[in-house]
Amino acid sequence: MLRISLDKLDTLFAKIAEKQKLYIPSDREDGSAEYMEWSEGRKLSNALNTVRSAKEFFFPQTESLVDFKLSGKNIEVIDIRKETEDFVVFGVRACDARSFGILDKVFLSDPVDSYYQNRRNHGTIVTMACTRPSETCFCTAFGIDPTAPEGDAACFTDGSFLYIKANNDRGEAFVSSVSSLFEDGDTAELEKVQAKTKEVLGILPLSGLSTEAFGGDKLNKLFGSEKWAELSESCIGCGTCTFVCPTCQCYDIKDFNTGHEIKRFRCWDSCMYSDFTKMAHGNPRLTQLERFRQRFMHKLVYFPANNNGELGCVGCGRCLTKCPISMNIVKVMKALEAE
Amino acid sequence: MQEAIINKAKELLADGRVDRVIGWKKGEFSYDITPAVFETAEEIDAEFVCNDFTSANVSKYLVKETKKDGTVLAFLKPCDTYSFNQLVKEHRIDASKVYTVGIPCDGKLDPEKIKQKGISGIRSIEKDGDMLKIDTVYGDETLKISDAMSERCLSCKSRKHVCYDELIGEDGDVISSNRFDMVEQLENMSAQERYDFWRSQLSKCIRCNACRNVCPACTCEKCVFDNDDSGISNKAAADSFEENMFHVIRAFHVAGRCTDCGECSRVCPQNIPLHLLNRKFIKDINSLYGEYQAGADTDSRAPLTDYKQSDCEASVVHERGVE
Ligand code: SF4
Ligand code: SF4
Ligand code: SF4
Ligand code: SF4
Repeated sequence: MLRISLDKLDTLFAKIAEKQKLYIPSDREDGSAEYMEWSEGRKLSNALNTVRSAKEFFFPQTESLVDFKLSGKNIEVIDIRKETEDFVVFGVRACDARSFGILDKVFLSDPVDSYYQNRRNHGTIVTMACTRPSETCFCTAFGIDPTAPEGDAACFTDGSFLYIKANNDRGEAFVSSVSSLFEDGDTAELEKVQAKTKEVLGILPLSGLSTEAFGGDKLNKLFGSEKWAELSESCIGCGTCTFVCPTCQCYDIKDFNTGHEIKRFRCWDSCMYSDFTKMAHGNPRLTQLERFRQRFMHKLVYFPANNNGELGCVGCGRCLTKCPISMNIVKVMKALEAE
Repeated sequence: MQEAIINKAKELLADGRVDRVIGWKKGEFSYDITPAVFETAEEIDAEFVCNDFTSANVSKYLVKETKKDGTVLAFLKPCDTYSFNQLVKEHRIDASKVYTVGIPCDGKLDPEKIKQKGISGIRSIEKDGDMLKIDTVYGDETLKISDAMSERCLSCKSRKHVCYDELIGEDGDVISSNRFDMVEQLENMSAQERYDFWRSQLSKCIRCNACRNVCPACTCEKCVFDNDDSGISNKAAADSFEENMFHVIRAFHVAGRCTDCGECSRVCPQNIPLHLLNRKFIKDINSLYGEYQAGADTDSRAPLTDYKQSDCEASVVHERGVE
């Protein structure tokens, strides 16, 4: 397999960045990792994952959609869409890589979201296999293999080398653009590391998590469950879980009056918020119980109902680590399943 | 200590003194604790915990709990008692519907600090003298307890419970803490350095609202930032100015009411040191109006809602702002 020594990572990054913007997970001053644009000196993080997911590259937290200018009685509509430049996101984990497939089902099905599509068409995703999954990881429950991530091209490491393999045409083009830095090498060490990681995946605390109780046909049973009251009881409705989640996809569209024009923009929204889907008559979900239930029903029932049974969670564990009250999808699944 | 607390809860439930108990419920791992209300001894036996990770301050939940019928038992750490008092003072909690039991605290641990040491795959965490013994899928690990201590506990201001109906263990004292050291460091920076510090911190904000929603001083029925009719409601910062303003406005709104409980910084997913903003206000109030600790009592007049002839003149802002 093609490989490059890990101490030549900087050379590899420099080569990629010659032609297009490159983003890699890198450590911040407070010890957490975040995707950052690569420039000379920026180091790849050892952290398992970033606080914010990689969805932001395609579905940013805020983006302008269209501008309106008023002149007399006329409203001029200004289309501000521009073709995105090519970019590479390097080091995406298998869980986040799967989340793009989930977001695609929402944004690329009819009617196609041209803003999202524009970015998707120009982004190359280079994934990185996991070697040190954490206790909060449960991607395997969704059929994800973190030792063989999806993405346009996938990288693997045995601690000394970085191996690379294309998963599709875009990945082929990417690999051939950097292959001059790689050499063909033996994969014996890598296979050992992969076998070790698989072993760890089998003994992680959440490795036995079952998804059987969930799916599009479980609506009535789960919606009416008595467990929701207890599960949602101490939820503070902050929305942290939705903002860090790689598959949460809801947004709000708002108008911003700059004084001389209107900027219509969209921003991430959260079903946990009191004004989520607020309509003329008010909010359809009056209590935090209903809002809380929406998030999990969406992932475990509504999304699969509309997408051939595919669940809307990828087991990244972000909501497990970041919820202020440590309430999360795993606790919800276990409680509902026990019913 | 957990045993004593559990016994106390069951005893008060059994003799009808209280109808519910607010405390903490254990999770999947050692550290993922959820605040919860218990109604029976069976529930308590099965799930109640009070350990090094039960750091969530339950006083704000009492706003909701005391709107219900019956009496609720709340276990409060020293710092939580300040929040409780402040909420009583602001008439947000009906104190007659709460039975408070003060519990001792020698500092809570921050799971994120443990993970940032590279410890992963945690199965259990146990105390052994001044060390933590951590069982992980990658083997055993050890860590000094002081290296895992929450930031706020490292600069704890008081081991004293300022209110309680009953106490478990001995009460502590108000302690001299180093909590203003970092504020002083910020004050000693040039205006540009300070601006850069806050820009780099606040630009990490994802406006998840965890800081606001967890804050015991933020109990407005409808926050101005959630109110569509306010003209400034927003779910995401449209520009960097707004991003700063959310925090500055919030800090002003809780000034004189913030007890420095540290919940905001504890919950921030982006590790923004929000407590430093509030501590700057506390420090300024102390120096401009005389020592004041929000939540220390329920009847004194707060400096910012009181007028004394000796109050500082507004020109202080100008004088201090000059470099
Ligand atoms: S589940 Fe947790 S993160 Fe999500 S809104 Fe509720 S308290 Fe916030
Ligand atoms: S629901 Fe939680 S675990 Fe699942 S994808 Fe979202 S953040 Fe990750
Ligand atoms: S959830 Fe799976 S893919 Fe994601 S970081 Fe953990 S092990 Fe890797
Ligand atoms: S908790 Fe942190 S990220 Fe969330 S709104 Fe507050 S400062 Fe911003």
